[in-house]
Amino acid sequence: MGKHAVHGALGVAGLFGLLLLWWLGVQLFGATDGLSARFSPQATFSSLIELLGQAEVYEHIWVSLKRILIGLLLALLIGVPLGLLVGSYRHLEAATTPAFQFLRMISPLSWMPVVVMLMGVGDQPIYFLLAFAALWPILLNTAAGVRQLDPRWLQLSRSLSATRWETLCKVIIHGVIGHVLTGVRLAIGILWIVLVPCEMLGVSAGLGYFILDTRDRLAYSELMAMVLLIGVLGFMLDALARGLHRRWVHA
Amino acid sequence: MSEVLLHACGISLGYPREQGWHSVLEDFDLQLAPGEVITILGPSGVGKSSLLRVLAGLQQPRSGSVSLLGEPLQGPHPRLAVAFQDPSLLPWLSLESNVAFGLDFARQPKLAASERRARIDQAIEAVGLQHAREQYPAQLSGGMAQRTALARCLARQPQVLLLDEPFGALDEVTRADMQQLLLQLIARHNTAAILITHDIDEALLLSDRVLLLGNHPARTLGQWHIDLPQPREQQVEELGALRIDILKTLRRASRTPEPDSQPMPLPPETAHVPGRLHSHSS
Repeated sequence: MGKHAVHGALGVAGLFGLLLLWWLGVQLFGATDGLSARFSPQATFSSLIELLGQAEVYEHIWVSLKRILIGLLLALLIGVPLGLLVGSYRHLEAATTPAFQFLRMISPLSWMPVVVMLMGVGDQPIYFLLAFAALWPILLNTAAGVRQLDPRWLQLSRSLSATRWETLCKVIIHGVIGHVLTGVRLAIGILWIVLVPCEMLGVSAGLGYFILDTRDRLAYSELMAMVLLIGVLGFMLDALARGLHRRWVHA
Repeated sequence: MSEVLLHACGISLGYPREQGWHSVLEDFDLQLAPGEVITILGPSGVGKSSLLRVLAGLQQPRSGSVSLLGEPLQGPHPRLAVAFQDPSLLPWLSLESNVAFGLDFARQPKLAASERRARIDQAIEAVGLQHAREQYPAQLSGGMAQRTALARCLARQPQVLLLDEPFGALDEVTRADMQQLLLQLIARHNTAAILITHDIDEALLLSDRVLLLGNHPARTLGQWHIDLPQPREQQVEELGALRIDILKTLRRASRTPEPDSQPMPLPPETAHVPGRLHSHSS
């Protein structure tokens, strides 16, 4: 318990250090009454409090979270079955690994123009791009989970005359859930990073849209408040995913 | 010959090498009668575990065949239950669900819900784990885990129980308890059993018949019928004599340079040689 408390305190101290650096940066490199003052922590925090008092920002947060959720669900729907297949068959794995590694290394954002041309503006291209970004960690972790299954469990299920389907449902899926959750955690990190630039294109709600909106309104302290909010929400999402993973692994 | 439950005929085992084939076990025959307990005894590396996997339908032999109740064994069979060296419990299932695991698989005989319930309860009660049925494998001791694995076999009410050194990882006291439990369960359900072990005392205490494997490639060096009543711990003299006889057979075989040219020693059908039971020292 003591160790946890010390680590927690150090973490909080680190966050305050970051805040101090931010403040120092603005103080040292900006003119006191110029544009840069609007990027200072003081201005940002007062804008943030003001924004949180309005309904509008919650709508943007909700829209963004909904997109994350849908993107993640799509990635799970495709990635888990595909990962189970790839993990189960050595030849399929050999055949697909280079292709997956190739696709994985293309930033999802570079597909944006293509996707918008094919799907039009709106939510659809965002769902597609998010699912595409989240697919790889989920797929690759699921496949790794299948390969690391305890062979004794498979032997047991064979000795009980299990069909392939029964082995899949009763043993393999349970056995890989821990790995899938690791994939989900990595995917959430990537999703959150990809989401904001995705939302800067052809949509009229969401955190990314709101960033551009504040820029166009020259509301720079609000822009910084949004940057801060995106960081805080991402931090919370990651903590949630980690908590979920820990809960499962301990059980 | 009375009815034969499990019949293995001319089983050979081996694995491919860069040049040709490395033979591990040759010409293994076995006939298991209902209610009989056979121990397959032998040093490490003679292919005992692989042999058990063949008898369980989990592995194909290089040559030879296995039949169950007169039918050729094509794969795992609902009438056969296997307990492995490791309890192989599924960590995400409670003890009770682990015992029930596999009962409702499509290839297992269909059970009414009440029958299923009764079998699970009886199996858990038989191994004395009623108090722990909600616990998970991580919370169980080694002995409890092995009891759970045994209960999982019992719940299926198999005709043949195949056990691959199931008590190997347990301490002496737990091991002795488990041996007694196994004997009670076999007697109560009139199950036939084949037990793999490298422990002569375990073989002598538990089985009606001991088959000794040895040499490279391994063959059946001899077999001993033991018709002593249970509990056998009190019959030290008879068991000691058998023990010496088995050890002698094993030593004689290991001195033989060319196993192929050596005719198998034929031990007496039932041996009663005076002697003493020594502690396991070989």
